[in-house]
Amino acid sequence: MTLAEKILSEHAGKEVRTGEIAVVSVDLTYTQDGTGPLAVRKIQEMGFKEVYRPTKTIFFLDHAAPSPRFELSNDHVFLRDFAERTGSQISDVGCGISHQVVAESEVKPGDVVIGADSHTCTGGALGAFATGVGSTDAAVAIALGKIWLRVPETIRIVVEGNLPIGVYGKDIILHLIGKIGAAGATYKALEFTGGTIQHLEMSGRMTIANMAVEAGAKVGLFPSDRMTQDWLNRMGRPQDFRKLSSDPDAIYEKTVMINAKELKPTIACPHQVDNIKTVDEIGEVKVDQVYLGTSCNGRLEDFQIAAMILKGKKIHPNTRMIVTPGSRRVYLEALKDGTMETLIEFGALAMPPGCGACVGLHEGVLGDGEVCLATQPRNFKGRMGSPKSFIYLGSPAVAAATAIEGKIADPRKYL
Amino acid sequence: MWKFGDAISTDHIIPGRYFYLRSDLPELSKHILEYERPGFSEMVSTGDFIVAGHNFGLGSSREHAAIVIKMNGIQAVLAKSFARIFYRNCFNSGLPAIACDTEKFREGDEIELFVEEGKIFNHTQNEMVFFPAFSPVMKRILSDGGLVEHVKKYKDLKLV
Repeated sequence: MTLAEKILSEHAGKEVRTGEIAVVSVDLTYTQDGTGPLAVRKIQEMGFKEVYRPTKTIFFLDHAAPSPRFELSNDHVFLRDFAERTGSQISDVGCGISHQVVAESEVKPGDVVIGADSHTCTGGALGAFATGVGSTDAAVAIALGKIWLRVPETIRIVVEGNLPIGVYGKDIILHLIGKIGAAGATYKALEFTGGTIQHLEMSGRMTIANMAVEAGAKVGLFPSDRMTQDWLNRMGRPQDFRKLSSDPDAIYEKTVMINAKELKPTIACPHQVDNIKTVDEIGEVKVDQVYLGTSCNGRLEDFQIAAMILKGKKIHPNTRMIVTPGSRRVYLEALKDGTMETLIEFGALAMPPGCGACVGLHEGVLGDGEVCLATQPRNFKGRMGSPKSFIYLGSPAVAAATAIEGKIADPRKYL
Repeated sequence: MWKFGDAISTDHIIPGRYFYLRSDLPELSKHILEYERPGFSEMVSTGDFIVAGHNFGLGSSREHAAIVIKMNGIQAVLAKSFARIFYRNCFNSGLPAIACDTEKFREGDEIELFVEEGKIFNHTQNEMVFFPAFSPVMKRILSDGGLVEHVKKYKDLKLV
């Protein structure tokens, strides 16, 4: 069986195979402040006064964090009030991005995790069947503790070889999306294996899993192993580890091979995530704003990579750099180990933990004609503000090199 | 019938910058597809169709994208293919999302949808387009009037 079949079978209480529809139990459900209010209204519309499992129901306030408008403050009041009445959990302004916080504190191998946010698939890095849904599906999962799912076909992604200097998880996933397209895995599961993946730490795996949805996938799964155990140990919950992988005779829809040795720093160009070029092909692209953070690359390791490149240098005078930690934990770690100090000395601007500018809400909204190099997972037209702005996506290393040069730059010369 | 291209994302359908209007659906729905077609909300009439190319609805999980389409009176969305979360959101909201060959459709064509029979008649071009039947789960959700109505009725998920 594939990882998807194994996890869904366990939660369906019977063996289910690819293509079958199953009603499965849910271990954890969460929403964010953009999808939570509608989910709560749906719960109320369905006539439920209580939630199925309050300790495993989390309402995140991470997009408008802190709120820039009274309408959003009212949404926050509404969510806090509902959480209090039902005993559910609130992860309030400042705690961080849902996907990062649950990876630190909740998600474990073999779980089914439902989130009303498309990047919920980040949890696949820990070997959980974590998938994004809309508010109504989340409302049903919160009220009933279950959801219906079609057991997806699995595409196996095998990555072999040592990653060259200056090439990271972000480059693997951008390369893959360029190869299979933004709809290349629609409704499918991706399962990542191979020597490169075995040696990739959890931060890089989370970047890859996070962007599975940008290829259309339902979930981006990793087998759990020593790296998973290391992460859970570091997060103070070693008991949550469980070894899980697909069977040798699992049936895959297809296998895609990636030779890591051939990869280069990779960029997604406006306005599609599958509009991929290597940094060598990008030409001269002047950048007004560099954005480091988000659910895709807002972890300590991401900031450390950027700091290593930026240390002792000064930001380009025509470029601003905004840094948004994924969680309070990341923020504190980056403060304590000096990473944040290096970034600020360089000229970066630190924002509170959260989704920040990635959805064009606040803290770095782009104007007409402006160009941003961001580590976020998505670059659709108008996403970060003006529909006349341009978003390029790259790794934290590319972000750092770009902030130094004021144009999209190759990080390899700084490493 | 209104025709759009490939890869119309949920950011196109309802941009993230209107986040603050998500609890004010009538106001939010005025901004439907405004980058692609300014003033679209003023142009559409009840019973109209949105027709598009591949991967319609990719991106964010915001169900508001499906809801604003429905609130603008759109009868169904027809596309060559749909992104997964958006597809679920449509059915949950009681909006049929129909995957079919939309290549020949032209903006302004008069079309008629026969959901049960799995066909669309294009009166302008005098041509019938067929589409595969919805899965039994999708049929069930639509016939109950969306997932909320289904759960209200059974106090459970009775889909399989």
